[in-house]
This record gives sequence, C-alpha cells and structure tokens, in this order.
Amino acid sequence: MHISFLNHANGRYFWVAIALVGASIVAYLLQEPHQTPNGGTWLGYTLGTMGALLILWLIYLGRRKRNFAAGWGTVRGWVSAHVYLGTSLLVVATLHTGFQFGINVHTLAYVLMCVVIVSGLFGVWAYRTYPEARNELKRSQTLDDIFLQLEDIDGQLKRDVNALAADIRGVVSSAIDRTEIGGGMYAQLAGVDSSKVMIDGNVYPNTDQVRVVAWLVERLSLAEGSETGKLSAVVRSYGARQKLLQVIRTDIRFQALQEAWLYLHVPLSIALLAALLTHIVSVFIYW
Amino acid sequence: MFEIAVIGAGPGGLSAAARCAELDVDHVLLESSPKIANTIQKYQKGKHVMAEPGILPLRSPIEFDAGKRETILGNWETGIKTVGVNIQYGAEVKAISGSQGNFVISLMNGEEVLARHVILGIGLQGNPRQMGVPGEQSEVVQYTLDDPGEYKDESIAIIGAGDAAIENAIALAANNKVYIVNRKDEFARAKEGNLNLIMAAIDAGTIECYYDSSPAGVEELEGGDFPANLQLKTATGDAIVPLHRIIARLGAIPPRKLVESFGIEFPSEDQNAIPALTSQYESNVTGIYVIGALGGYPLIKQAMNQGYEVVEYILGHDVKPADNDLLAAKFNGLPYEVEVDGVLALMQERIPVFADVNALQFRELMLDSNVSMPAKGDVIFKQHDYTNTFFTILEGTVEIEVNPTLRITANAGSFFGEMSLMSGRRRSASVYAGPQCIVIETPRRSMIKLISSVAAVKRVLDETFIVRTIQQKFAPDTPIEELQPIAARAKMHQFQPKEVIFKEGDEADTLHFIRNGSVTVSIEIDGRDVVMSYVPANTPIGEMALLGNTTRSATVKAAVKTETISLDKESFSLLLERSAGLKERLQAMVKDRHEQNVALQSNSESSDLMSFLMGQGLGEATDVLLIDENICVGCDLCESACAATHDGTSRLNRKAGPTFAHIHVPTSCRHCEDPSCMKDCPPDAIQRGGLGGEVFIGDNCIGCGNCERNCPYGVIQMAYKTEAPSSYWSWMLFGLGQKPGRGKAAVVGESSFKQAVKCDMCKDQSGGPSCVRACPTGAAMRLSPEDFVDLVNVVR
Repeated sequence: MHISFLNHANGRYFWVAIALVGASIVAYLLQEPHQTPNGGTWLGYTLGTMGALLILWLIYLGRRKRNFAAGWGTVRGWVSAHVYLGTSLLVVATLHTGFQFGINVHTLAYVLMCVVIVSGLFGVWAYRTYPEARNELKRSQTLDDIFLQLEDIDGQLKRDVNALAADIRGVVSSAIDRTEIGGGMYAQLAGVDSSKVMIDGNVYPNTDQVRVVAWLVERLSLAEGSETGKLSAVVRSYGARQKLLQVIRTDIRFQALQEAWLYLHVPLSIALLAALLTHIVSVFIYW
Repeated sequence: MFEIAVIGAGPGGLSAAARCAELDVDHVLLESSPKIANTIQKYQKGKHVMAEPGILPLRSPIEFDAGKRETILGNWETGIKTVGVNIQYGAEVKAISGSQGNFVISLMNGEEVLARHVILGIGLQGNPRQMGVPGEQSEVVQYTLDDPGEYKDESIAIIGAGDAAIENAIALAANNKVYIVNRKDEFARAKEGNLNLIMAAIDAGTIECYYDSSPAGVEELEGGDFPANLQLKTATGDAIVPLHRIIARLGAIPPRKLVESFGIEFPSEDQNAIPALTSQYESNVTGIYVIGALGGYPLIKQAMNQGYEVVEYILGHDVKPADNDLLAAKFNGLPYEVEVDGVLALMQERIPVFADVNALQFRELMLDSNVSMPAKGDVIFKQHDYTNTFFTILEGTVEIEVNPTLRITANAGSFFGEMSLMSGRRRSASVYAGPQCIVIETPRRSMIKLISSVAAVKRVLDETFIVRTIQQKFAPDTPIEELQPIAARAKMHQFQPKEVIFKEGDEADTLHFIRNGSVTVSIEIDGRDVVMSYVPANTPIGEMALLGNTTRSATVKAAVKTETISLDKESFSLLLERSAGLKERLQAMVKDRHEQNVALQSNSESSDLMSFLMGQGLGEATDVLLIDENICVGCDLCESACAATHDGTSRLNRKAGPTFAHIHVPTSCRHCEDPSCMKDCPPDAIQRGGLGGEVFIGDNCIGCGNCERNCPYGVIQMAYKTEAPSSYWSWMLFGLGQKPGRGKAAVVGESSFKQAVKCDMCKDQSGGPSCVRACPTGAAMRLSPEDFVDLVNVVR
C-alpha cells in the first residue's frame, strides 16, 4: 500500500541502476591501460550503444503511458525505471565520452542529455513535494471548491456594501472587479499579483489586497454610529477574501512549478533525439 | 356482460385484448389514462426500446420488436384497430366485487362493468396520488410533466416537496414563474443535490416557496389573465395564487393496495413480493388473472406473451407457454422420459426447498437456471470464487470441501452455495461433483426474488445457514446432527446502519456471527468514539469477552445494513467443549485484534480517517478506488485510461467526491457487497463476476436507467457507445484524430441508444484495472475494506 514510483517493487530499478552504474565504472577503470578513454574503444562503443538504447527507451515512456490497453506492467513501474535508469545515464554517457568535450554536435548531444536529466530530477522533486503542499494548503478541498467560496464572499461583500456609503461601495467593488488571478506563464510561476483598486478616481496597485484592506481599516476608524458595525463586518469578510486569494494564488503557483519542468524536459528530449542521431551518423561517416 | 374484462392497456393488456378480438371473444379493455401503454408513453421522445429476452419468441396478435418508442406505440395502435379491440379510455378502476362468472368492476366515473373473467395487467407504476381537494379534476391540474420545455411564460404551482416536485420546479423555473407548495417547513425528503438546487433557487427568488402550506381548492376562472386560482392554507392564514397550471407531484399509490382490495393475496409483507399465481396466471381469487410486471414479469415481451396465453387458458385451450421450447432445450439430455411439465414436477418433488414454490414461479426460476451434469470430480466452484449462485442437487451427490481435512457429502435433494448467496461474499468452500450428479444452478437475483415471496424457502435457507455456519466456523469436526440443538437456540438479528450491536462495558452474554453487511469496532477515548477496526461478513464478533469471561471491551456498530446470528453463552461453552482446538483458534484471533487495536488507538487521525471511510459507505464496498492526494499530480491519466478501455466514456470522475486528510474517494463504483444497482434490473443485465467479484453491466442493458437512480453513490451513467479510438501515432506525429482517451464524440445514429455504464474493474483487460495501471505516481489504488486498517496506519 501507498507505494509511489520511487519505492515501486521495493526500489527494484534503483538497484538495477546502481548495478549498471557500478558495472560501467568498474569496466571503465579496468579497461586496457594503453588505450585512451574514448567513444571509439570497444568499451566506448558498448557504453554508447547502451546509452543510445536507454535514451530511446526513456523517450518511449511518452507512448507507453498513453497505451492504456497495454497489459505489460504498470505506468508506475515504468516511471520508476525511467527515473532510476534515466539518472544512471549521467554516469554511463559521461564514461562513454571519455571526458573529451568540445564545441561540436557530440558535446551538444551530451549537454542536451544532461539538461533533460536535470530537469527530470527537478520533476521528481516537484512531484514528491507539490501535491502534498497543495493538499495541505487547500485543506483537502479542490481549487474549484475554493473558487466557489470566493464567489460567495464576493457576492456577499457586494450586497453588504450596498447599505454603506458611496466611497466604501466604490472602493470595495473596484477592488473585487480589478482582482486578477493567474495570467501568463511567468505570472503563474512567480506568483505575480497585478490586482488593482480605484480610490478617489486613481488606480493603485493592490497586490495581495493590501491596499484595499489598509484603506478599509483606516475608513473603519472614521466610521460612526450604525456604519461601524456594518463596516467592520465588511472588513472581516474582506480579510477572509484576502486569505482565499492567497490560497488560490499559491496553489496556482505550485501547480505551475509542478508542471513547468515538463515544458523543458519533453521538447529537449526531442532535441536530444535529433542531436543523438546526428552524433551517431556523423561518427560512422566521418570518423 | 363481457366474457373477459382486461384492466390496463399496457403490453400485456393490449396483447390479451387483441387475442380476445382475434378469437371474437366478447371483451373490454379498460385503461385509466387517455392513451395506451402509459408507462411507455412517458419514455423520452425517440427512446430506443429493447426486446429482451432475445431468445424468447413473441406470441401475440400485435407486433413488437426492438425499436423507437414512437414506432412501437404506432404499431400497437394500428394493431388493436386492425383486430378490433374494444377499448375504453379514462376508465380508472376503483373496485372489483363478485366472483367468477359475475364480476362487477366499478370505475372512478361511477360506471360499472360486468364480466365473467378479469385480467389484471396494471403494471407497477401505480396511480398518482391526487390532491384531495375540490377542483382537483380541473383542466389546469396535471400529475405528470413530460417535457418542461413545452411551457413558457406561465405561472405554475408545483404541489409536493419530493425529488420529482423539485426537479419539475427547477426545470420549469427557467421559462416560467414557479411556486412550490410544501406541506412542511423544509425539504426533508429530497436528495442532497436537489435540496441544494431548490434552496439556491428559493434564495435567488427564481422559485417562490409556500412552506407549511397545503392546497385547499382549485377554482376555475372565466376570462382574465389566469385560468384558475389555487387556494392555499398556510401557517399564517389563507392565500390565493392565480395560475395557469398546477402540477401535483405527491407520489403514487402503489398498486398493491388496490390489488389487495380485490381480494388478491400477497404471500409476504416484503415490498418485492408478488401475488401467488397458478401456472395459468390465475390468482387466489378464481377468475381473476394477473399478468405482466405486477405478476413479477417486468419485460414487455413476457407480458405480451402472457396476455396471449392467459386468454387461451380462460377459454380452456391447451397451449404450451411460449417458453416451453426453451425449457425443453434446457432439460435436453436429462435421463427422464417425460415432457417439460413432468420434469418440473419431478424437480419440485425431489428438492424439498422448492416444494412450496408455486408452479408458475418455479417455471420462471428454472428458465433463469442452468441444469448441468458434471463428471465425477469436476469443480463446481472453488473456495474464494466471487460467484454467488445457488445450487440444488437433483441427482447424485457432491463433495463440499470446507478445508483440506474436511469434506462433507451433500445428497440429492439438498442445496449448497447459500452462504455466498446470503452474504454476497466469496465462496467459503470448494465443491466437487460426485458420481452421476445433476445440479441446478440458480442466479442470485432469481433466488432473492423467490426468498422475498415464499416464506418457506427463506425459513429453510435460514435454518440451514445457521447450522452450516456453526459447523464451518466453530466445529468442523462435529457432525451436523450434534449441532442441531445448538443451532436451534441461535437467533437471527437485523441491524440498521450505525445501530449498536453491543456496547463497551456491557456484560458479555452472546457471540455474534456476521451473516451479511459489516461492522465497525470502536472504543471511547476522552468521550469520543474512536473507530478501531472494520469487520466484514462471515466473521464472528464478540468472542473476546466471552472467552475471557469479562465485559465488552469495545462497542460494535453496524457499518451498513447488517444481519447477524447470535449464540448465547451456554451454546458457546457447549461448542468449546465439543470442538477440539476451537479455543486456541479463537484466542489467536483475539490476539490479532488486540494488536490491531493498539496500533490504531495510538493515533486519532487514523481512526478519524477510518470513520470518514465508513461514512462514505465504504463499509459495504468490496473493491474501491482511492487516491492519495499527497502524490496525485492531477494528470487525469486514470480517467483517460478508463475511457480508452471502455468505449470512450470514463466510468470514474477523479475530481468529484470527498477528501479527508489526503485520502480522496473519487466517484467510481465500489462494487458493493449487496449492490443496490442489481435490485431492479429488468433484463438482469447487471452481474457479479469472476475472481475479482466485479459488478458489471452486460450488453443486454435496455437503457431503462433504474440502476443509475438506485445507486446511492452516483457512479452509474447513461452513455452512448463511441467510435473506435484513432491511432496514437497519427495523433502524435500529425495531430490527427483524438488525444488518446479523450474527447471522442459518440456517433448517434438511428439505432443507437444510451446504455448504463459503470466500472467493471477492467475484467476484459489483461493486467487488471487500467486506472491503477495508468497512474504514473502510484497515487491511485484499489482496496477492499479489509485493507483499510493498513491504509490508515501507513498514512501519517
């Protein structure tokens, strides 16, 4: 029970990866001393072939996870193997290079591979971190639930301020209308909040609703008679609204972070495939 | 005086009247509504109606084949005109008096109809309950609503506060001014979804509600903007509402009351009971015959065949029932030189449990059953199989292997398989065929129907169940005869969900054995109930205190509707004496439970989670999909996988459903022990299968939607089949076709219709449930309630 892709089958693929890395290192250290480490030795060819096949297989995960009728294994098992064997590629491919780098297509393929692997490792961390953080943040509710609560509070606030002075009505409804959630990729990842509020005909930034809350609190100190009670209720509701917006914005940011790495990982894998083909073809033709 | 009066112009009644007309028998067909086949008229427009069971031939003067609702109704209307049926519309029957040869049928409109014989084919829908106030017969009052879209810009009052009333009110409010009249001060009877909808509509002012109000009269108006006034008695005085239309949704009067008032007897109080009938459909009142759904035959074709046959029987013609050939084929190969009726009689004579079943019911039972002649040593079923059919032995013997060292021989005339039948759980023993044996295998649904209508069958099964349970669970080496006196002292109990079976601190005087359902064990810590564990059916409970001779150490409550068998202290001691090793076995069980309890006790979050799972009705689950929100990345591959492997419709909704801590219960079938969906499926299309125990819907589903309504967890949907998925590579490389598992549109053609779909646990997929196999992180898991204790303990 409760087995994630990291401890799938008691970490079977972790040990497979360790064995692969260990065997590669031992073979590398034991290779005939008079040979310079190079992709062209028998060991170089072996490691290169292994690495290339591994890359093809790793990329095939994109197909396997959509092949829902497939009977072989579970996607969890595939992901487990993908993570561990993919990471082992860092060692296998590095040994294949024999530490010969340059400004050429061969090194390009290597660098692309490293970037793909590092983005993947970030992905592992993100998948292990963000879902739990988001669940805790939302206290087991869905984002849709929280949006519904926000809608309720907005409706409530708009009704409540109807009974209050025009300046309060104006500020609160403009703050509600000019609240911004989400936005472009950067805005989501960085949690940018470009909400605004209009006070006395001027539009001010209202990041995290701080401006409007400050205004309301100040206005409350000036309130008199029956206005005081009603306005303090509005201030309380607005505080709750601020909290909900924080949760929503943080959740969106976490979700963006949880998924952003894929936009690097997948396209660069394709680029890696192209560079790898070029590397192999050029090696056989020009070497 | 008519020779035959047919009441109810449904499929059975139409067929019977048409046969009368064809034979020139003096007849009348009485129909309460203004059209034929009221139930089918109410189907939505263009609905595809099926002609199950496919193997049964149709025998009727009027046509019927699978097709559109309109075509079928059209055929029937032409059919009865062609043969010249004498039909009276608007003739609602109030009472029947007299006897064969001289029945007096009184109608609501005051008329009386005289007939020598009466055929009742009134179905199960019942008549809508009337308002019971002056003016209720007015033109503006109606009792059904077929198409809410028909009405625009009207003022309409809905009378009633049930689901039907709320659904009508919400639908009509889109284009009309709607009032809802509620006798109480809240909508207590409504489903939660409907309750939220109506409260929101009342808050928003789109529907106006009269609480604590009841109608006092309807007054028709001449001229003016509104054709009628509705007079209301409200808590604050009288009110008058001008209206265009009044829709009364006050439920229906079940036909049973009416039928009983004719003198027809039902064998039990059970709501599923059907009147006792002879093999010629005659009731206990000589001269009154019952056909169709009321007689226990819910399918159109069956009813039509019966309509034909019953007329033949009344006229004294010797016709074989339409199913005769089917039975003959079933009995083909049996070593008996007699006709179908002879074989049936022989079966009832040889098998005591069926002795009290009437001939018609037995015939139906055998139509559903299979007769087989397994070779000696063949496996009939294996221990832990998920099958739940019931077996009777017609010839020879079978060997029941309770455990590797104990084999019991069951003789001809006895039965087996009743444990799984009753508990809905896996087989508790393996059964092998003996020499020259012939066994009859009866499906669970047919047996449940029989048990609910024939008390004698229930009694025999219960008694056997008790003694066999005692033998299997406590005293495997003691012969049945020695256990009889102990069994005789055992009692059966029924508990409602959450009802306490015994309380912590009570004196321990009985041992309970859970026959079906399941229970939770809880203890009180700091004044609150902390759930310690979950105990499924086929397990004893309460043995701890009896063994140690102490008070109860925990409170046991029914998790779902539960039946137990109890043994008192003396019987228990007697059992301990008789059965060597029982004490040691029970002590080992007690030790396991103590360990479990300690593990849970130390962690109140675990026990809250357990309570949450039980609160979701998962106590009656056998296999449920849960999602660990802490590792779910929301990729929805589970849904895609489900859709891709099931005709394009996902049977699970990941986002829907509640979450507690980080365990999420998505909307998806949990394969209940005693599935509500199976209770009312006319073609018996919902089955429980193979090794996984999955509940699945077969292709013979007629799309009636009963299961969708009956499922308390909302996991069944009605859906069209979709086209075959497009190729992955053409999507991947060229963007052609649909993304795998997504957005495939159903091709809705002339003959396509919606069928019920639900999780079938991927019984046709190699490798198991695709939702779990497609989950990349391991968040999706399928569990049975026995695993919950491990789950809540691992989850921190």
